[in-house]
Amino acid sequence: MATATDGVFEVDGQTDFESTGDPIHRTRKTAMWVFLGSEVFFFGAMIATFLLYRHTTNGGPGAEIFNIPFTSATSFVLLMSSLTMVLADNAFQKSDQRQGRIWLIGTALLGLAFLAGQIFEFTEFVNEGLKISTSPFGSSFYMLTGFHGMHVAGGVLMIALLVAFSLRRRLSPDHGMNVELVALYWHFVDIVWIVIFTIVYLLQI
Amino acid sequence: MTSEAHAHPTPKTYWLIAAALAVATAIEIAVPYIEFLDPVRAPLLIAFGAAKFVTVVAVFMHLRYDLKGYRYVFSIAVVVAILMFIVMLAVFQAL
Repeated sequence: MATATDGVFEVDGQTDFESTGDPIHRTRKTAMWVFLGSEVFFFGAMIATFLLYRHTTNGGPGAEIFNIPFTSATSFVLLMSSLTMVLADNAFQKSDQRQGRIWLIGTALLGLAFLAGQIFEFTEFVNEGLKISTSPFGSSFYMLTGFHGMHVAGGVLMIALLVAFSLRRRLSPDHGMNVELVALYWHFVDIVWIVIFTIVYLLQI
Repeated sequence: MTSEAHAHPTPKTYWLIAAALAVATAIEIAVPYIEFLDPVRAPLLIAFGAAKFVTVVAVFMHLRYDLKGYRYVFSIAVVVAILMFIVMLAVFQAL
């Protein structure tokens, strides 16, 4: 049952910022979706570039150096971070700050685990002779996965800020929209990795 | 004002969706190592990837329950990006 109080809708007892009559909420969320749309182009162009150069190895290592079991594990970690993020969002919408913080911290830790895996993977590849300057394959691979890693790092930073705001009681139910916007960004980073993992890793072996 | 949005799923639904995504990922990882699937490997992996993508966007990002305007913004971006992707690969004869 949807009800409206002070311009904010509640659906089945949860604050529903998506259907809010508040134009500021709508504008911010629309802006986030437009931003994510632009990011689709950014990563789409990078993935296409990787596919163009996937065989241009200049005699250096190519896709055969990918460690699929290891990358599968880190992909799984990132996928599960989407679960913890949506649970955090759900908790904050129910004004359960403590539970929300726990899920946010879990999400940040999973994000950090993914980044640690990526750093390990990059180190291994460099040791095997694949540097960013080795070949167009290396350049396009590191640019794509590196930029994705930077997005994950940015997401971890935003989550850390949300946790800090929540601890200082500066993340009131009225600010639930902030959690939702960060959650959208985080899920987007996850779906980009779903595409990268499929096209760059699994389809190349 | 009229609300287009619907109630969000419960945490139980989120856990079930995550379990389904985990199973899909496990199958996806196994596919390249199963020889008799070689002829359909690429379409199978793309189908699994697309299914996971749509599930996360629809359920975790709430696009299924959200205002239609957000759906249009994101869907148009994805469709145009896919077209750009295909044209770019075709122009450089990488398809």
